[in-house]
Amino acid sequence: MSTYTAPLKDMQFAIAEFAGLDSVAALPGCGDVNAELVEAILTEAGKFAQCVLDPLNRSGDKQGAQWRDGVVSAPDGFKDAYAQFVGAGWNGLGASTAYGGQGLPHIVAMPLQEMWNSANMAFCLCPMLTTGVQEALMHHGSPVLLDTYMSKLVSGEWTGTMNLTEPQAGSDLSAVRTRAVPEGDHYRIHGTKIFITWGEHDMTSNIVHLLLARLPDAPEGVKGISLFVVPKFMVNADGSPGARNDIRCVSIEHKMGIHGSPTCVLTYGDGPGAVGYLVGEPNRGLEYMFTMMNHARLGVGMEGIAIAERAYQHALEYAKTRVQGRAIGQHSGDRVTIIHHPDVRRMLMTMKAQTEAMRALGYYAAGELDRAKRHPDAQARAGHQARLDLLTPVVKGWCTEVAVEIASTGVQIHGGMGFIEETGAAQYLRDARISTIYEGTTGIQANDLIGRKVGAEKGATALALIDEMRGIDAALAAAGEPFAGMHRSYVQAVHALEAGTRWLVEHYRQKPEIAAAVAVPYLKLFGTVAGGWLMARAALIARERLSAPGTDREFLEAKLATARFYLEHLLPQAVALSQTVTSGAASTLALDPAAF
Amino acid sequence: MKVLVTVKRVIDPYVKVRVKSDGTGVETANVKMAMNPFCEIAVEQAVRMKEAGIVTEIVVVSVGTQQSQETLRTAMAMGADRGILVEVAGEVQPLAVAKLVKAIVDKEQPKLVIMGKQAIDDDSNQAGQMTAALLGWPQSAFTSAIAVNGDTADVTREIDGGLEKLTIKLPAVVTTDLRLNEPRYVTLPNIMKAKKKPLEVLKPEALGVDVTPRLKTVKVEEPAKRSAGVKVADVQELVAKLKNEARVI
Repeated sequence: MSTYTAPLKDMQFAIAEFAGLDSVAALPGCGDVNAELVEAILTEAGKFAQCVLDPLNRSGDKQGAQWRDGVVSAPDGFKDAYAQFVGAGWNGLGASTAYGGQGLPHIVAMPLQEMWNSANMAFCLCPMLTTGVQEALMHHGSPVLLDTYMSKLVSGEWTGTMNLTEPQAGSDLSAVRTRAVPEGDHYRIHGTKIFITWGEHDMTSNIVHLLLARLPDAPEGVKGISLFVVPKFMVNADGSPGARNDIRCVSIEHKMGIHGSPTCVLTYGDGPGAVGYLVGEPNRGLEYMFTMMNHARLGVGMEGIAIAERAYQHALEYAKTRVQGRAIGQHSGDRVTIIHHPDVRRMLMTMKAQTEAMRALGYYAAGELDRAKRHPDAQARAGHQARLDLLTPVVKGWCTEVAVEIASTGVQIHGGMGFIEETGAAQYLRDARISTIYEGTTGIQANDLIGRKVGAEKGATALALIDEMRGIDAALAAAGEPFAGMHRSYVQAVHALEAGTRWLVEHYRQKPEIAAAVAVPYLKLFGTVAGGWLMARAALIARERLSAPGTDREFLEAKLATARFYLEHLLPQAVALSQTVTSGAASTLALDPAAF
Repeated sequence: MKVLVTVKRVIDPYVKVRVKSDGTGVETANVKMAMNPFCEIAVEQAVRMKEAGIVTEIVVVSVGTQQSQETLRTAMAMGADRGILVEVAGEVQPLAVAKLVKAIVDKEQPKLVIMGKQAIDDDSNQAGQMTAALLGWPQSAFTSAIAVNGDTADVTREIDGGLEKLTIKLPAVVTTDLRLNEPRYVTLPNIMKAKKKPLEVLKPEALGVDVTPRLKTVKVEEPAKRSAGVKVADVQELVAKLKNEARVI
């Protein structure tokens, strides 16, 4: 079994070069942020992830969360680890200082989320959802709600959940049926919610549910959904948990992965109705949910990056220790570890290069999030927001889809042993599998990308980014060997993305169903090329630094080799994906549903 | 009472150490560094004593390069109150360290000095004992328990074949063994606070100490690779090999 080691050097590189550490440090409220602080935080968080969370990953998977008579217990060790996690203050990293948080920017928070997820994704979901609830309350909650809940959510004394899904309302939330009836200063909630992650557990003294429900006079569809806070225990005047609210956990799901995380079915209002409090204005719940959903989608993209990194580390250790066969062309002599076999190297390089490209893009998006939120100039904020909006479905959709492939490759490197659970490689594949589904499936992300993000504005933001990608053409062309091959591949790939984008802009308005048929290939095309853009930049940076003395040669040479592999070996897929986008739509819909 | 704790920046214990190709030492450039684990135990002990109300101020001292400031910040994030770096670029040997610590002790007048029993890079296990000797103070090396009672301290030392319990007069020098405590994880709020704690940087000359090495490193090389095992016919052959070839009995 391998032990998780936070990839500190690559994280610091991506934070400095792609998230834009200096530009974020110059933003209002980020005065404390600098490379030394980031290093100190990453180092200590890395220790915590390695020594506290990682050792519980396998045991949590085997044991799973347990349900008995409505009571849910987290796997052994989780409660103590959670107490240590919040005790160390990690829960409040990005939260407002007004409520006891540290107010640190996303370019610090996202890498930490990567670490927690690499070490133990099932555990990490709990604090991640708590952060989401804080986010929603900060934007839309009344002063009373903020006073009652925020400090406890920031400290982690209480955890938070998102209650959206119902049996008939999954991706289509307009079908939500849970009812909220006004009664004095609060509402009575009746209904059933499913897929509620960490919806019930024994790690904290209270749980704060955010819930979508309909008021009695609400209009049909998405415009009739309101957002409520519903605590597991009513909150006393002194802030302590009081009487039990009318909520029950009737079961938890038996899942493919993330076994350590209880996925609950919650019923509200078996008795008099659960007491809930309206967040913001009536009938605007879905809109409020979306403000934080975009943020949560970046977070799920980070899960993909995290699992990819962990699966890579696990496979790498095996490849370095497993002795099997002789090197190709050798018929006698010592047998070698499998890392000496070219195909194993191809798999390892694929895992490594894709993970680094995804990390670069994920952190870049985190930087855009900080700049969109904190930049003093409104026009600059809008520009960063537009790029963030464009990239959010790409980070979520592409990073998670690739993560599943990477985790699967991790199993492959283990050979037959990968199929055996006790090797541990399979867990990463099972855990990764949810990430392309929740917070909006890849199909939903792709529809968001081609519709709201590209089609609606005739590709303006996307084409501006493509222009920026072309900005490094000349530098690549002038860099000499081994950049010639990289440059050729890069120019083709950027051209392929532009062709795909222009095709979509042209077809989206007249024939949205045709555009939707190739939305996912377009999303993958976008991710592949955006990753190539940042890897090409990494290669140029590495080249420049390698010519100076006193640099970290080992890291930079590996970065250059990895970027070269990405550009020469993986990026050519962009051309094929673009062709699928521009000529593969009609055949997708050629067969009538009745003919299947 | 005031406590002075020393910390050393060393190669991270989880990193595989590589010998420089020219045999002059080990590769430290671009290698992950961390606080020496025995020094971590020393800081932890001081922080626990402060939390227990025995200690009022913790001064943490390091001798090393400018980057040792990061190690001092880590100690301050664990709970030390302020830091002093004696900035030295090259090699510093235990006697020079002891002289520098003595000079700072003379200025700071702590009632207790806690040091790691040894650093995991050179494994010298000398600085603590030398510091006590230069100060003329009692010492407790390899300490696994310590309880301060006014002007004395009851200490437990890990010695060959058991534990030795002593009462020593303060001020004294204590060096830590592994079982003394288990260092805490640094908390995020304390990392943020540590940035604002005072950190003084001194040069050895300002303390009147000559740090020129007195010992010369002849060569550093990798230990011999383990060779394949052999099967022995009987106990007699095993004993003979252990005696004559391995020379361990």
